[in-house]
Amino acid sequence: MMLAAETSAVAFPLLTTIVLLPIAVAAVVLVIPRSRPEIVKLVGFLGAVATGLLTIVALVEFKVHDNGFQFVSHHSWISDFGISWKLGVDGISLFLVVLTGVLFPLALVGPKFHGDAKSWVGWMLVLEAGCLGSFLALDLFLFFLFFELTLVPMYFIIAGWGYENRVYASLKFFLYTLFGSAFMLVGMLALVFLSTKGGHHITFDLETLADRQALAATTARWVFLAFAIGFAVKVPLFPVHTWLPDAHTEAPTAGSVILAGVLLKLGTYGLLRFGVYLFPKAAADLAPLLLTLAVIGITYGALVATVQRDLKRLVAYSSVAHLGFIVLGTFALTTQGLSGGIVQMVNHGLTTGALFFLVGMIYERRHTRQIAELNGLQKTMPFLGLTFLVVMLASVGLPGLNGFVGEFLILLGTFVTRRWYAVVATTGVILAAVYLLWAYQRVFHGEPSEENRHLPDMTWREKAIMLPLVGLMVFLGVYPRPVLDRINPSVERLVQHVENHSTFQQPGVAARGSQAP
Amino acid sequence: MNAAYLIPALPLAGFVLLVLFGRKLADPLAGWVATLAIGSSFVATAVTFAYLLGRDAEHRAVTKSMFTWLSVGGFQVKASLLVDPLSITMCLFVTGVGTLIHLYSIGYMHGDPRYSRFFVYLNLFAFSMLMLVLGDNLLITFLGWEGVGACSYFLISFWFERESAAVAGKKAFVTNRVGDFGFLIATFLTFGAFGSLTYHEFLPKAGTASHTTLVAIALLLFLGACGKSAQIPLYVWLPDAMEGPTPVSALIHAATMVTAGVYLMARMSPLLHFTPHVLDLVAWIGAITALFAATIACAQDDIKKVLAYSTISQLGYMFLAVGSGAYVAAVFHMVTHAFFKALLFLGAGAVIHGLHDEQDMKRMGALRKYMPVTAATFIIGWLAISGFPGLAGFWSKDDILAAAWGHSKALWVIGAVTAGLTAYYMTRQVALVFFGQPRWKEARPEHHGAADKAELTTPEPVAEHTADAGEHHPVEPHEAPPLMLIPLVVLAVGALFGGLLNLPFGTWAFLERWLHPVLGGVAPEIHVAGSTKIGIGAVVTVLALIAIVIGFSIWSRRPENPALEPLVLKKAWGVDALYSFLFGTGGAFVAAESAAVDKQVIDGAVNGTGSLVRLAGREGRRLQTGYVRNYALGIAGGVVVILGYVAVRAGG
Repeated sequence: MMLAAETSAVAFPLLTTIVLLPIAVAAVVLVIPRSRPEIVKLVGFLGAVATGLLTIVALVEFKVHDNGFQFVSHHSWISDFGISWKLGVDGISLFLVVLTGVLFPLALVGPKFHGDAKSWVGWMLVLEAGCLGSFLALDLFLFFLFFELTLVPMYFIIAGWGYENRVYASLKFFLYTLFGSAFMLVGMLALVFLSTKGGHHITFDLETLADRQALAATTARWVFLAFAIGFAVKVPLFPVHTWLPDAHTEAPTAGSVILAGVLLKLGTYGLLRFGVYLFPKAAADLAPLLLTLAVIGITYGALVATVQRDLKRLVAYSSVAHLGFIVLGTFALTTQGLSGGIVQMVNHGLTTGALFFLVGMIYERRHTRQIAELNGLQKTMPFLGLTFLVVMLASVGLPGLNGFVGEFLILLGTFVTRRWYAVVATTGVILAAVYLLWAYQRVFHGEPSEENRHLPDMTWREKAIMLPLVGLMVFLGVYPRPVLDRINPSVERLVQHVENHSTFQQPGVAARGSQAP
Repeated sequence: MNAAYLIPALPLAGFVLLVLFGRKLADPLAGWVATLAIGSSFVATAVTFAYLLGRDAEHRAVTKSMFTWLSVGGFQVKASLLVDPLSITMCLFVTGVGTLIHLYSIGYMHGDPRYSRFFVYLNLFAFSMLMLVLGDNLLITFLGWEGVGACSYFLISFWFERESAAVAGKKAFVTNRVGDFGFLIATFLTFGAFGSLTYHEFLPKAGTASHTTLVAIALLLFLGACGKSAQIPLYVWLPDAMEGPTPVSALIHAATMVTAGVYLMARMSPLLHFTPHVLDLVAWIGAITALFAATIACAQDDIKKVLAYSTISQLGYMFLAVGSGAYVAAVFHMVTHAFFKALLFLGAGAVIHGLHDEQDMKRMGALRKYMPVTAATFIIGWLAISGFPGLAGFWSKDDILAAAWGHSKALWVIGAVTAGLTAYYMTRQVALVFFGQPRWKEARPEHHGAADKAELTTPEPVAEHTADAGEHHPVEPHEAPPLMLIPLVVLAVGALFGGLLNLPFGTWAFLERWLHPVLGGVAPEIHVAGSTKIGIGAVVTVLALIAIVIGFSIWSRRPENPALEPLVLKKAWGVDALYSFLFGTGGAFVAAESAAVDKQVIDGAVNGTGSLVRLAGREGRRLQTGYVRNYALGIAGGVVVILGYVAVRAGG
């Protein structure tokens, strides 16, 4: 595995390019005169497309049965502290990287926005680099840098281009996340310094630290908790979720799409990569705590979503429920739960991203998101209505569409180890139908009132944005195998890692080779 | 044998074609394309059926694999079809009756602004239904199960401009989701116990699992079946589903989809064999549902509502059969019911069509003179469902009641009373619609009946077609066009002679022998002597005939008999009102409270902390500037202090 990594690093620094390209394009944007917004937009879009294509290259070149990190780029950076520029991708991060690569170009061209194109495009590209860097970093310090880097552009995007309550929402977002990050930073440094015990040299290298497992059990628990708090805010997990509805609702459409589609995954990805991987025993021991919070998030998020009056806020609360599913699958610690969780991260990015696009389209036409003011839109805008219907059914978890694959695997994987958590979580499947179908009925069904009668249907540009998203929803629902085949080896390795370092053993039926193929 | 792939593939192709080109094909070409798709699927089914007939009874189960759908660790699910006598029997009547209803819809939906969309959904439904019955594992069955549920939702709220249609569609989907909850957990349990979801892998070793697990699986799957097949306590969505266009009611909500729960029970019969108490429950729920729905059907005025409650009642019979171990009788009744209930619904559609969207039976009457073909075929359907000797329903109901007798006399009594009620309410319907005095000429009264406020009964027999809604010009009723009459005639033939499929005379019992490899052997033998069988059959038949005579003499003379239509039955025993209170009002309360907690307690704590910090800041020499960088600085400073502490401790 190391050999393969070395050679690919020499061949072409693919991952480094993926991370740095958006920053380079942002720098180019910086020198384009403010009077030429169309060039700014074009350059920004092309930059994001090029980055997206590179992530596709990574997907195509990815070795399916390799369970380790691929395309590793490794350069020593601050050697005194064992910090290095180390990027790599495995089955766990691969599809999150691709998702980021796909969503950003769509978010850049998708919704209309007002105000300064230059800073808008610039911040978006910096944000993309931050997200990609976070998913690819194999060095704790580097990860933390990228993780924090996402905060600043998102803050400006909400504060600069958001709706009425944007100042409150952006500040809340910033402070909340920073609060979580502080815990994480403490945890990270504690881990790094405590891992030097026994004559080990200091290092921030993820794999080395994970293999070393130098912390005493109790210490590991505290440090794991520090990480978990940091990521829980990002996910967000109940009860630290209240920044999300505000940030989502007040952010401009593109901001909401990226926030839901990509940024929240930093939390769930972090729990997996830096929680479970670095602290397998603590994760296994404290799983009931996180599972409980996840289950509360699933049911409670759905209940609160039901009574929202603002369509965008409703979608935001649905995210709390969906992300609860991902955390549930992660801390089930079975192959199905973890794989389902990763698939669901991608699914949530596609469906909730699409829902925010659609809500944005409605807002651009009607200038309201209040459910009570909307009605009969399926008659006025049949195409938008049908697109919303398909996306909604994907979100509800209808088999044949992507949402089902993730949700089912998560619930199955949880059920075989944590039966009652899965049973309670399955009620979320009923509740999801309640809040989404009810909203759909109020907004799209019925006879349109005068204000809703004369709205134009989706434009070609809007259809072009929705097409890849809906296409992927169908593809992943019908034939998720190519995705699962790439995710599984890395997940199995992670489960093995947990089993090696804790008393947890996943049940026989869940493990591969437990039955004849 | 590869024709088996075509069975679901053809309706899928029709669906894709119509999604892409439906609008261009328009009315009526889109309808013909859809009909062709399902018609050729019927042919493919027939070919497969002939192929299976040509094989030995032991070799009539063939798995046709396509690709691996899900593969994670030890969990493997293939997209595969299981072709065996049970699934092919289902496919035959699904595609057969389906084709006739598609054909009928070409005429019925003519002129609708969303004509091609209708056939898109219809083909998608057919595909999903065929996947449901052909799936070789629980998960593919669940795929079809959810697919038909979604199509049902689309089609109930097809005329979504109408509030009631939109509400009914949602209600159907959400109620079914409660059942799906059971289905999903049963799937998890099955995988946990057997490591597989494939029928031919886990069913043969069903006995190896613990009894508790088996009971849980059986109960949870039955919960799913109660949702899909509209049994107590999850039946409430089906009467409301009548908001959909009438062909939808005939296809989805009478002949095919609602039988999926019965099919599931039949498919799981080797497992249910180990859970006799669950079977008892199934039988009792079925019997009570049959009786309960039949009482409500006696007092409904809407022509489709009567048929809807009748469907619930007949499905109850099928569960009674399943619970009594008579799986073949359940499937037999499923087939004959598909014939006569589809016939009755399509006939009702022709009546509604001919009367320009009138659905109130109290405003019909004497229509046999105006719509002779509809009336003749409807009368055949009526006699078939009432158990008139020799017709399809007579034979299948007889089988079920004989099995019930063998299982428990009390169940038989309920079943027999229900048979009498069935004959009575169907006679009432026929008398009100086709006999007596014509009442459609009278001016529309201000309001009719006191029961109309209940959520259940249609407030106003609203125009089905929104296209010509609101125009109730007093026109002479007219017979339906030939395109709609052909299916009626074909189905009437089925209702007349469907009993031939399984006559209780030795070698004539074709279904019994045909389904034996799948359903035989697991079911306990029913010990009912031949003479007893004839005796109890005669009792039920006499009961039905008396009910017909009484019903006819009352309802062909007078359309209003308040004593026979008590309010409690009109309001369907108030169950809908109760549910609406519990889950509507109650659910809304819980959700609103959660939202309040979220806003005031949880977010309140966050904002409170913020305010506290702000206050402290103001007091502490106005450190608070409101600039994010200052906040950040403060936090960063705090972090450094903690870091230093940790570093010192770590270093020490």
